[in-house]
Amino acid sequence: MARNDFQGSLDLLVLKTLAQRGKLHGYGIVLHIQRASDELLRVEEGSLYPALHRMEQSRWISSEWALTETNRKAKYYKLTAAGRKQLQEAEESFEQLVKGVRAMLKYA
Amino acid sequence: MAVVRRIANLFSRSRVDREIDAELEAHIALRSEDNLAAGMTPAEARRDALVRFGNRTATRERVASADVALSVDSVWRDVRYAMRQLRRSPGFALTAVLTLAVAICANAVVFSVLNAMVLRPLNLPDSQRLYNVEQHWLLQSYPDYRDVRDHNRSFDGVTAYGFTQAGLNTGGEPTQVWVIESSGNYFDVMGVKPYLGRFFHSSDEHGPDSAPYTVLSYPYWKTRFQGDRNVAGRTVEINRHVFTILGVAPPQFHGVELFFWPDMWTPLVDQTMIEGSSTLETRDWHDLFVVARLKAGVTLTQAQADLNSIAGYLKKTYPRDDDGILFKFAQPGMAGDFLGPAIRAFMTGLMLLAGLILLAACANLGGLFSARAADRSREIALRVALGSTRRRVLRQLLTEAVLVSLAGGAVGLAGSIVLLRALSAWQPFSLYPIRVPVNPDARTYAVAVGLALLSGLLFGLAPVRQVFATAPWEVVKNSASAPVRRWLTVREALLVVQIAVCAVLMTGSLVAVRGLARSMHSNLGFDPQNTLVVNTDLNMAGYSAERAPAMQRRMLDAVAALPGVTANGLIDNLPLSMGTNETSVFGSEASDFRTSRAIARVYAYKASPGYFRAAGTALLAGRRFTWADDKDAVPVAVVNREFARKVFGSVEKAVGGHFRLDAKRRLEVVGVVENGKYSSLTEDQWAVFFQPLLQAPELGTSQVVRTDRDPRQVADSVDQTIRGLDSALPFTVQTWHQVLDAPLFAARMATISLGVLGLLGALLAATGIFGMASYSVSKRLKEMGIRMALGAGRRELLHTALGRAFRLLAVGSAAGLVLGLAATRVLAYIVYEASPRDPVVLAGAVLAMLLLGLAATWAPAQRALRIDPSVLMREE
Repeated sequence: MARNDFQGSLDLLVLKTLAQRGKLHGYGIVLHIQRASDELLRVEEGSLYPALHRMEQSRWISSEWALTETNRKAKYYKLTAAGRKQLQEAEESFEQLVKGVRAMLKYA
Repeated sequence: MAVVRRIANLFSRSRVDREIDAELEAHIALRSEDNLAAGMTPAEARRDALVRFGNRTATRERVASADVALSVDSVWRDVRYAMRQLRRSPGFALTAVLTLAVAICANAVVFSVLNAMVLRPLNLPDSQRLYNVEQHWLLQSYPDYRDVRDHNRSFDGVTAYGFTQAGLNTGGEPTQVWVIESSGNYFDVMGVKPYLGRFFHSSDEHGPDSAPYTVLSYPYWKTRFQGDRNVAGRTVEINRHVFTILGVAPPQFHGVELFFWPDMWTPLVDQTMIEGSSTLETRDWHDLFVVARLKAGVTLTQAQADLNSIAGYLKKTYPRDDDGILFKFAQPGMAGDFLGPAIRAFMTGLMLLAGLILLAACANLGGLFSARAADRSREIALRVALGSTRRRVLRQLLTEAVLVSLAGGAVGLAGSIVLLRALSAWQPFSLYPIRVPVNPDARTYAVAVGLALLSGLLFGLAPVRQVFATAPWEVVKNSASAPVRRWLTVREALLVVQIAVCAVLMTGSLVAVRGLARSMHSNLGFDPQNTLVVNTDLNMAGYSAERAPAMQRRMLDAVAALPGVTANGLIDNLPLSMGTNETSVFGSEASDFRTSRAIARVYAYKASPGYFRAAGTALLAGRRFTWADDKDAVPVAVVNREFARKVFGSVEKAVGGHFRLDAKRRLEVVGVVENGKYSSLTEDQWAVFFQPLLQAPELGTSQVVRTDRDPRQVADSVDQTIRGLDSALPFTVQTWHQVLDAPLFAARMATISLGVLGLLGALLAATGIFGMASYSVSKRLKEMGIRMALGAGRRELLHTALGRAFRLLAVGSAAGLVLGLAATRVLAYIVYEASPRDPVVLAGAVLAMLLLGLAATWAPAQRALRIDPSVLMREE
């Protein structure tokens, strides 16, 4: 059974973002998801940061402080090897879910 | 290292907080920048960023709780918060901590005593293989012991020993010491090694008086010989015979009896030197404790079978003395089966009661905490509304509970350690080397802390339902949510249990106190009022059996001449003190003197003329002893009423009657005296006969001196008189009441411990009722204000405020009384005349519970009556 809840989707989006963009800070992740989803998906900051810290505790991502282009200090996150594996699993499980939901909708 | 960093984070919470803050701030700043770039004014840009970000504090809190390392830190934060909260309501904190401390203290003390007496094995190597071997009663004769020792196949060793007092002379003034006379193999069977020098062994024994050696106990060596390391090899005089000190026993060693601490050990073969006569060849003289060490791999059942076959052999070989002999095992430590089972049962019962006290305390605390949670419902609702999770609130409450329980546990434990130290150092009797070593050990600490935490969690969980039921909007909107009325809430049920427990304890202690009071005034068969007791053993000063009677006569005459002395006399064993001599009596025409053919088992005493008058023992018929009843006259006896009834049918028939002790000794009854108590206050009535001291000589005697004034005024002159007769004779002078402390000891201890527990129970029940009553009054203040405004009288108001509390009290007390009466049946075995079917006890218990209820509800009732409706209405 595919795991599907809001948290699972958020994790997937964050992991995918970091896989596509490499190093990114929290605000960058919010912007990227919004842009990449054609403004369809909006991430709540109130959920994002706890999720980031939780994933860091699970060692899927790692963090470091660095300067932005505008010379501001921000915390940057990037994927770890474990995170890559987790992303793969999450993607597969999401595909399963989409397939399942689609099949369900098409059932006549 | 990540782990190190996390632990470091714990101590620098502010740093981690700053980091999270910085991260979130960066987020907001980045969005502001973008907003600026999109053309907003700086103020607009910042405002928009903040609004989009939402509740920053809540987010920070959630980020922090996502970090595992930080969750430990937030516990610390909870602890600090809880401490602040507790400091803010010191009354609550103090009540809670003290309630728990009292209960933990009681439990730690009782457990420690239970541990020392029952749970902890004897402090000897492989002590689980040591057993008392008893006959029908505790003690055995030396010939029987010798046969068990030599013919068994189940034991590594069997040792026999007895306790006696002796006069020790090291060159100065003679002192009385307590000696264990033991078989040569004693220390080897115990399995101990000397602290200094050497012990005596079986190889040192070569017949009577062949081993004039002694071993000192560590404490005696410390005090009397100042820890002199060259003491081994020194000679001392014991009862005027020269003995060589071989060595010193290890510090904690004092034999298998838990409470008895002897000063020294001597070989049993020297019995004649120590006691003046020997019973080593007397098969029907039972005066020795026997302890056997089971061989490894041999079960108790196998050993019992072995003993049974030895018993069979003895029965056949010595039909006169060992007819009906039987061996059985008993747990060593508390005089085998004589005291052990009773003490163990009592301690277990006491532990149960202490557990109930703890339960009552928990119920109390549960009530306190849920009342507090209810009072704080507004605060909790506010916190939930502001984004705190219920789990977080609960954790907060639990932290508070654990804090209180730890504090209570610590205080209680500290108190118990003080009490136990005092108890261990306490020597209840000046005459006997009795100590109760109950120092707390690791087990006690573990139990106390464990109980404290357990109860902390128990009562901490009491308000859980309340927290989960909190609907923030309701509580904030309203002043206080009206609780749903139930038939009986958990809190009320707890209170009923608590009251019942209190009533049980109360009844128990009342029964014990009544029993004790009655036993003080019961008919002992003598009157200890205004009497002194002078204990001497002429053997300690080297008197022979021939010279002793003259000296005894001199002691009597000299004391009789003192002013204030109205009567005095000697007896070999004072009733209700340490020893009794049990023996068989036979009909005057008997020829078969096997024990099973005896017409009665009786106690035998030896008394001088003047004893009955001095002791205040009433003569019912015939005459008392005179100095004419000497060894050339007809052997006579005075018997008690029970003896007369049992052997002769009645007092009248007894006088002039005859009975036999054996083939040679036929006694004529010349008088009958009243019944009394002889070995214990709770004994069944014993038949007793007395022989004149001149016809049955005895070196160790107690002189009873009756005075017509406060006996302590006469004590000094008695002291000087005896000292003047023979300065080498050790002796003690006490009032008879002091001597009686010993037989009353068990009953007193039982009464005191029950009384203390009863008091604690009452205290807890009172606080419980008080808490519940004041809570219900404060909850219903408004309602009562309205009722008062509408014209309700004082009675209705009180009924509203306290009716429920009193109903609970009634139910609890009734249940407790019934249980208590059932439980006190057990008490009757320890405390003389402790009868639960005593109207005074019943009335007392009911009255006590009623007073308790009144006292506990007094303040809340006053509060309810002082309600001023107008003030109350204006407030809301």
